[in-house]
Amino acid sequence: MSKIEVKSLSVSFGSQQVLRDINLIIPDRQIVAIIGPSGCGKTTLLKSLNRILDLNEEVSVAGDIFVDGENIYAPGMDVTALRKKVGFLPQRPYPLPMSIFQNVAFGPRIHGLDTFRSGSDEKAGKKDMFALVEHYLRLAGLWEEVKDRLHAPAAKLSIGQQQRLALARVLSVEPEVILADEPTSALDPISAKLVETQFRILKKDYTIILVTHILRQARRLGDYIVFLYMGDLVEHEPAAQFFRSPRDEKTRAYINGEIS
Amino acid sequence: MMKSRSREEVFFKALMMGSLALVFLALTGIVAVIVAKGLSSLNLAMILETPKGGYYLGKEGGIANAIIGSLYLVTGATVLSFLISLPVALALQKEYLGKRFADITRLALDILWGTPSIVYGAFGFVVMVLLGLRASLLGGIIVLTLLMIPIMARAMDEAVRLVPFELKEMAYAIGANRIETTLAVVLKQALPGIFTGVILAFGRGIGDAASILFTAGYTDEIPTSLLDPVASLPLAVFFQSGTPVPEVQARAFTAALILLFIVLVVNIVARLLGWRFSRNILR
Repeated sequence: MSKIEVKSLSVSFGSQQVLRDINLIIPDRQIVAIIGPSGCGKTTLLKSLNRILDLNEEVSVAGDIFVDGENIYAPGMDVTALRKKVGFLPQRPYPLPMSIFQNVAFGPRIHGLDTFRSGSDEKAGKKDMFALVEHYLRLAGLWEEVKDRLHAPAAKLSIGQQQRLALARVLSVEPEVILADEPTSALDPISAKLVETQFRILKKDYTIILVTHILRQARRLGDYIVFLYMGDLVEHEPAAQFFRSPRDEKTRAYINGEIS
Repeated sequence: MMKSRSREEVFFKALMMGSLALVFLALTGIVAVIVAKGLSSLNLAMILETPKGGYYLGKEGGIANAIIGSLYLVTGATVLSFLISLPVALALQKEYLGKRFADITRLALDILWGTPSIVYGAFGFVVMVLLGLRASLLGGIIVLTLLMIPIMARAMDEAVRLVPFELKEMAYAIGANRIETTLAVVLKQALPGIFTGVILAFGRGIGDAASILFTAGYTDEIPTSLLDPVASLPLAVFFQSGTPVPEVQARAFTAALILLFIVLVVNIVARLLGWRFSRNILR
């Protein structure tokens, strides 16, 4: 079952072409790891999938991407709805300048997911939002650590906690796909492991697309591997096959650590 | 080799320390002179009373007209320029204006910032003559607002530009639109800098004499309407130090002392407020 289909995607920044003619089908409810040497266009490919790439200056995109059969680069596409459905977790967590609670409540509030809030019973509304926040903090594996200080500034959390808070924030808008850009690269090993554990739990319900420069992480987490090299899609297939019998010479060299 | 490098080090350290010392010396010198010369004439009557007959010859009265007048002028101008500067600063983000247009706007604001305030005064006067208005509180507020907008808008713009792009990206990444991102994220993160912009413009506004010389006028009365002329502390300093009477000259320093005190209090209050509202931001 395919969730996302990329058709002849090319991306340039100004005159520099970053991705060339990418064709790719991304399966549903698996962890897809995008790997490749730095500067090969991993992050660009990831960011093109929910059009957060549009925020960059001088970017031009050719080709089409279909999410659940809908062309997200079609004119008139509602990008806020797209980004709600396809969430993005960055390399470094930047907590929003608010409390821990507000960080998680922000998304549901702007998308009107806290249905009771506008109702007549103000108290019921608040309780509902509280339940939402608790749910997503638990889902991100952070609840136990922050339940006693929900109204403390999010900036006071450790960076590992901030990254799981970012995950809770992404999950809070009920996405179907999570894009993660080297989500553990800024973290200590223990925090990184916590995030990986959470990803394994989440893949039951979400399609997770993970950019990583750590080959071992791709091996540990990836069900499906996409290998990019200098802007070209070299190889993509289920992880077992990818690591056991790579077809391309470059893939073999990369897996053996000859290029990095 | 080693020796010349360490000599360089010593030289630049001395240069930095010397410059710092000069700055502190200038500040303490200004405060010391104003306090020494102004304190003797400072009493309740100076603050609470308007000038009585013969005040400018050294007789009874105070400068309540100038204190209240300055507060009226600068409060009005600060509120107005805040209402205009904040949207300008937010609009200068690349999501709203293109980089080219934003840079042209910044250049225009910088030129306005550098324009001498007497030019604002002359400009305001010409416009008021055309409209048939006389020197008034309203005229003074409008010209001060024009004077303060470039300072406030550019200071706020710098604060807004310091908000990390990745932080905005976080809000966009969960489907926030431009205005939600601006209000919930950018505004909060930039708040201390926005406060600083207000204070900077306030300080310039309350201390400026040239722009309000023709446009606000001067009077011994406290204005009761926006169309009345109004006195101000900078002009109180200017006029009183121009008289030949020593008592009145001393009162010029008292006016300066009160001006300095107001700027100090507003600075402290604003800093406390800024600190209070910035506990959530990322540093």
